[in-house]
Amino acid sequence: MQAFDTHTGLAVPLDRVNVDTDQIIPKQYLKSIKRTGFGDYLFDAWRFHDQGDIGMTRNERQINHRFALNLPAYQGASVLLARDNFGCGSSREHAVWALLEYGIRVVLAPSFADIFYGNCFKNGLLPVVLGEAEIDTLFGLAAEGLNLTVDLPNQQVVVKDGHSFGFEIAAGLKEKMLSGMDDIALSLQHRELITTFENKHRTAQPWLFDRQPQQ
Amino acid sequence: MEMANQGMTLYDKIWAAHEVGERVDGNNLLYIDLQLLHEVTSPQAFEGLQLNKRPLWRVDANLATPDHNVPTQDREKGLDGITDLIALEQVVTLDENCRDFGVRQFDILDQRQGIVHVVGPEQGATLPGMTIVCGDSHTSTHGAFAALAQGVGTSEVEHVMATQCLVQNKAKNFAVMVHGALADGVSAKDLILAIIGKLGTAGATGYTIEYMGETIRNLSMEGRMTLCNMSIEAGARAGLVAVDEVTLEYVAGRPFSPTGVLWDQAEAYWRTLKSDADAHFDSRLEIDAAGIVPQVTWGTSPEMVTGVDGVVPDPDDFADSVQRESAGHALKYMDLEPGTAITDIQLDRIFIGSCTNARIEDLRAAAGVIKGKTLAPNIKEALVVPGSGLVKAQAEEEGLAKIFVDAGFQWRAAGCSMCLGMNPDRVGPGEHCASTSNRNFEGRQGHGGRTHLVSPATAAASAIAGHFVDVRGW
Repeated sequence: MQAFDTHTGLAVPLDRVNVDTDQIIPKQYLKSIKRTGFGDYLFDAWRFHDQGDIGMTRNERQINHRFALNLPAYQGASVLLARDNFGCGSSREHAVWALLEYGIRVVLAPSFADIFYGNCFKNGLLPVVLGEAEIDTLFGLAAEGLNLTVDLPNQQVVVKDGHSFGFEIAAGLKEKMLSGMDDIALSLQHRELITTFENKHRTAQPWLFDRQPQQ
Repeated sequence: MEMANQGMTLYDKIWAAHEVGERVDGNNLLYIDLQLLHEVTSPQAFEGLQLNKRPLWRVDANLATPDHNVPTQDREKGLDGITDLIALEQVVTLDENCRDFGVRQFDILDQRQGIVHVVGPEQGATLPGMTIVCGDSHTSTHGAFAALAQGVGTSEVEHVMATQCLVQNKAKNFAVMVHGALADGVSAKDLILAIIGKLGTAGATGYTIEYMGETIRNLSMEGRMTLCNMSIEAGARAGLVAVDEVTLEYVAGRPFSPTGVLWDQAEAYWRTLKSDADAHFDSRLEIDAAGIVPQVTWGTSPEMVTGVDGVVPDPDDFADSVQRESAGHALKYMDLEPGTAITDIQLDRIFIGSCTNARIEDLRAAAGVIKGKTLAPNIKEALVVPGSGLVKAQAEEEGLAKIFVDAGFQWRAAGCSMCLGMNPDRVGPGEHCASTSNRNFEGRQGHGGRTHLVSPATAAASAIAGHFVDVRGW
């Protein structure tokens, strides 16, 4: 996983609540067996007028020039400014892969859906929760073009004029993000702990182990 | 902080029974008893194991079946019936991975194939007190069995494959207490839609919901599965219902259920799977079941729902500016005018299926309202897609399939189908679909498609009428 420390970039505003993962990456792209190849289809139904499919290139598409991500002012944006309950719906991690591949490293919102929030931390995309009023302020600034810095070690979002907002993040998740460590490798360092638990669990609920169907 | 001698919720109990301990980085490991796998969210996880030369921690704790991509026609042709080559590759990849890793799979030609959340309970793979994950947000379905069942992302799928654990911190407890009797024609689907309407689509984010009260006790296991299935639509990763006689009766005698002495031991434990009387809940919602009418969604989020006897709301009536704007967007997408009676919404397609409503009782309820009638002429297509090959066989044996076919519905093979339209079953641009599925998001059932979420009885009766109808007077 890509580690995250501090990131500075242009913010693009997506002024909608309850943006679901079906919007972030529509179903037809989930047929891929790879982790890559989703960036071109991020927010597909909003970025393009036509219905896309796997393998189609940008040149073949009808671009929706009014959608924020397509506006000239927001080209190269790497911070997504969003509203409440971002990433709700389907558990598809492809949503996080699509955002990262497009070039987004941070999503700022007043709240996130649980599964999406967790998926971010598996991939090095930083979801930052800010207050409703702070997000409103950032939306206002983003309309004029906003470069901001997200400083994870100090838990600060710093706007160019020196304005900054603190944010909360669980210590364990912060640690994971800063180290960029392979989650599975870390858990496997606790192999003995897991095995000890498993043996105890097998004694307590033996019907959950070595299950074979009976007819 | 839990106080000494404070009672425990059902969620607290299952959590405590699976808590492995803390990692060095301070995150918790939770032991997982069962992982359900399907073709869409597992290939990258299997690939990760292969690249890192990691084995499955416990082969016997995994069960797979293809469901999202499989066509619902030409099933007898098996893989040759999949004309979309990219979808085919995904289904074949699941076959290969299951073979290489030794995972039990009900493949496309197995009669036990079906939607993972229908198959797990049907086979007795899902048992009370378990922790279950699947790379699918509707894994919450299995909470009907007092199993802590959660949807996870693909990295988590791989993590569970490799470690049998999920890295997770505990959620809060939410009690949804339902009293009173549901009216005739009002189902568990209407109840959960009404609950989501009250909670909002993020109302239970960060919580595990426990559904309680006599209305829940009076629901069948299938009704409880419908209820728990849509917990995620209120933001909760998991929903739960305590164990009672209804649960035990359903679980007994299924292929993977314990038998003999092991059953006795299991049953004794399972009977403890309920919240203590003095358990602490962080939030509560009380619902009067008698006040619930059949529900229909009018917008592009499951919370945008009203009674079938209601009208499409006016965005200006929402006090909150964000909600107002959101409702405006939704009505534009749905091409609906404020004030339109729900029963005046004309329909183009009908979908009866999905992990929410494709079990035998759902099909009975739908068939019950259409017997001897035929589809309205404006309905272009009405699909009935059973949740599994076994549900399909049972419905055929009971004569339900014939009722659907005689009425002009198409009787298809098991899979997720038009719930998300990954396979060829789609709603066309601009078409209105009465669907028994769980999400009415923009484009969910097909590019430009307009979804209205309803119960099986409402979907079936509306197919006959050509527009929404109140099944209470049907």
